[in-house]
Amino acid sequence: MSYTNEQVSHLVEGSLDWETTFRMLSMPKDNSRFEQYLAALQAKVGFKDRIVLPLAPHMYIVQSAKTKQWLIKCDCGHEFCDYKENWKLHASIYVRDTEEAMTEVYPKLMAPDTEWQVYREYYCPTCGTLHDVEAPTPWYPVIHDFEPDIEAFYKEWVHLPVPERVD
Amino acid sequence: MNMMSTKEIGIGNLLASGMTLKQHRDAILERTQSTGYYNGLEKLEFRDSDPIGYEKLFSKLRGGLVHARETAKKIAASPIVEQEGELCFTLYNAAGDCILTSTGIIIHVGTMGAAIKYMIENNWEANPTINPGDMFTTNDCAIGNVHPCDIATIVPIFWAGKLIGWVGGVTHVIDTGAVTPGSMSTGQTQRFGDGYMITCRKTGINDEPLRDWLHESQRSVRTPKYWILDEKTRIAGCHMIRELVEEVIRADGLEAYEKFSEEVIEEGRRGLMSRIKAMTLPGKYRKVSFVDVPYKHEDIQISNAFAKLDSIMHSPVEMTIKPDGKWRLDFEGASRWGWHTFNAHQVAFTSGIWVMMSQTLVPTQRINDGAYFATEFHLPKGTWCNPDDRRTGHAYAWHFLVSGWAALWRGLSQSYFSRGYLEEVNAGNANTSNWLQGGGINQDGEIHAVNSFEASSCGTGACAVKDGLNHAAAIWNPEGDMGDIEIWEMAEPLLYLGRNVKSNSGGYGKYRGGCGFETLRMVWNAQDWTMFFMGNGYMNSDWGMMGGYPSATGYRFEAHNTGLKERIAIGDSLPLGGDLDPSSPDYERHLDATAVVKRDKQCMTTEDCYDNHDLYLNYLRGGPGFGDPIDREVSAIENDLNQKFLLPEFAEKVYGAVFTQDAKGVFSVDAELTRQRRTEIRKERLARALPTREWMKEERERIINKHAAVQVQHMFATSFGLSEKFTKEFKDFWSLPADWQLLEDELGVPTYGSKHRMDLSLMPDVKTVVQVEE
Repeated sequence: MSYTNEQVSHLVEGSLDWETTFRMLSMPKDNSRFEQYLAALQAKVGFKDRIVLPLAPHMYIVQSAKTKQWLIKCDCGHEFCDYKENWKLHASIYVRDTEEAMTEVYPKLMAPDTEWQVYREYYCPTCGTLHDVEAPTPWYPVIHDFEPDIEAFYKEWVHLPVPERVD
Repeated sequence: MNMMSTKEIGIGNLLASGMTLKQHRDAILERTQSTGYYNGLEKLEFRDSDPIGYEKLFSKLRGGLVHARETAKKIAASPIVEQEGELCFTLYNAAGDCILTSTGIIIHVGTMGAAIKYMIENNWEANPTINPGDMFTTNDCAIGNVHPCDIATIVPIFWAGKLIGWVGGVTHVIDTGAVTPGSMSTGQTQRFGDGYMITCRKTGINDEPLRDWLHESQRSVRTPKYWILDEKTRIAGCHMIRELVEEVIRADGLEAYEKFSEEVIEEGRRGLMSRIKAMTLPGKYRKVSFVDVPYKHEDIQISNAFAKLDSIMHSPVEMTIKPDGKWRLDFEGASRWGWHTFNAHQVAFTSGIWVMMSQTLVPTQRINDGAYFATEFHLPKGTWCNPDDRRTGHAYAWHFLVSGWAALWRGLSQSYFSRGYLEEVNAGNANTSNWLQGGGINQDGEIHAVNSFEASSCGTGACAVKDGLNHAAAIWNPEGDMGDIEIWEMAEPLLYLGRNVKSNSGGYGKYRGGCGFETLRMVWNAQDWTMFFMGNGYMNSDWGMMGGYPSATGYRFEAHNTGLKERIAIGDSLPLGGDLDPSSPDYERHLDATAVVKRDKQCMTTEDCYDNHDLYLNYLRGGPGFGDPIDREVSAIENDLNQKFLLPEFAEKVYGAVFTQDAKGVFSVDAELTRQRRTEIRKERLARALPTREWMKEERERIINKHAAVQVQHMFATSFGLSEKFTKEFKDFWSLPADWQLLEDELGVPTYGSKHRMDLSLMPDVKTVVQVEE
């Protein structure tokens, strides 16, 4: 089973017809998806750096066109940090830790009690995109939630050449 | 005369191999360990030499298991079983490893296997002996059951005098005779209040239940009619499956059946690894979940002063997907078990995650113990998910299992997203509550207990290409069904005054979480009636993903002295439908001024008194959202507004929608004005934000000064007490002084269990079965 580049682009845009989406869900996975996905995303972004791995709807690990360093980058062009670091430590943060801040986003009684739990909103410092909302207790360390093994993935799983990396 | 032999009776040759069951199991484990293949099966001879015969055998057995479940459930009268499908049948080989399972609550793929292994390790073959026609019943949470209301009947399968396997059937009963009614009650704090507890007891011989068992068990619970019909359901299903196995052996031969019963497990092990490689991405994923246990409140009435404290359950997970397709699930740092009923046995975890994985990573019919053998579990001893004390209560282990596992699903979803399988992404699960439970004398004048399974239809998490489903599912039962109002009204003395989609309950996002729903129930024609609430309130147990928000938390609404009897008689207005906006409540406008209303975030209560015409709001939670809310399509917001899935205030504040409403109440969102507003929102976000490292300096000061609520500090203290690694990582992250520490003793709350504990394995003549790295 495989899909056209157009279908994968529609998937990325959220505009793929349900019949094809359902087929994607119910049939064995198409191993060519990753390459098609990268191509669809690369066509969308406004920078020349090569996308190595998508992390979130507006965030990627990219290979810098200038230095070949692998960086975590927002699609507005903002560069957070080296791909091995926790990007959240390089973001802008807003913490909803009062009832007033919580009731900005939920009706009364339908938000957490901030004595128990807070919301940490992580924004791109340049464009203000909300990249993640953590919902931990106060004091909780900022979680480094994903450390992909990109080399093993490219080489052993999808059998693609690993993009060059200069550390 | 009447002199007993000191020799243990009944040591048989069950396997006709000269080996005891334990020797047989040990040999399988040893071969699995030394070769990496289940029972050393590097080659799958049967499957490879006769693939069609192998598949035919698979289809016969799997089809028979599903058929037995569908047929047997019609015997049950309990809507939990008959309507919601809370039952499952599973086939095991002689060592107690699962071969295949039916549809349904397949968390029990391993729980009944754990009971069989317990019987094997503790020499049940010598005493009480294992014979053709025997039945064993178990619900013991200290040896692997999830919670005591899951009652299992286990029947050995013999062929020509040789034990060749086991079949188990499990149903979720309505009542277990616990301190308070309902199958998952909250009033107890220990096993000793969890209800009738049965440890692999021989309860039948020659296919007949023993009379002492029938008499004792039925009077040990509040709902004997449902109990006995549930038991008949289990027995009928087990016997159908036993006959099926006999038929298969008559047709295909014993050798083929026995080879199949081992090869299919190895095939399951390889199957999981291949699915992992086909769908995910190697690397480390770290996620965490929490849930509130608010026991300090006056509406938690329990008999132990040492349990009267607010606490938080903590479940961090590091999921490592290895290049070879194996994975390791490490829960180092989890908080300690507690004096409540939300603890979980290690097998509830190792077995249970497959009910979730069957909805994502392994959506196949071949769910068996093979997946367990492809997974490394690290569940530290002493944590809530692997208690080290034989007193722990488990009646509602799901309070946190649902969320503990959701962290895994979020990790997997990160991998699906990064790989481009966006259709598989799920932002997480709903906290599948509230649980409406209670009891008393029902509308038929009988002693009764209720547990509304409407919770099997909560909102699902958002996907990366679409919204979550509204009021659709629960992770613990892939066949989620909220049940028909008419059936619930027959089963419960509670009339429906409303059943509506719950506005704003789904987490916001580019794609929002599925909304939950709410039902308003009025007590009717009951006597001496009680009810209680059970769910999350002060905390969310699931996060959103990649910019999506968590779903809304729970809250409770109950009303007494409502005056509804008189209002109905005179035709006055009534509270009907949903509690649309709890910021501006409407129900109260339709109650007498004398009404006593409780409207707050205390979503965990114990048995309280309810008169006829009192009200109870059963609010079933929504799922979390995905992606930045200001990326949401304008048309989707418009639809949410018009369907009352979203209150207008939050369409503006969260989504940046600019809209109008016409005379008929129809909303229209203006795309251009919304785009402009969203540009402003981006600026507002940055204006109120700080660089993360700047904020961390402030938070560090709060930690140094120990400025946090007691329950937060208590959670950290119990995790620190169990894990040096977690403590070190915490202190390193915040750059805390070397001598900084946080101990339970300094918090001014009861600390029973923090130092003195006794594990079940320390009891005489007990060998516990350990299936995880501890």
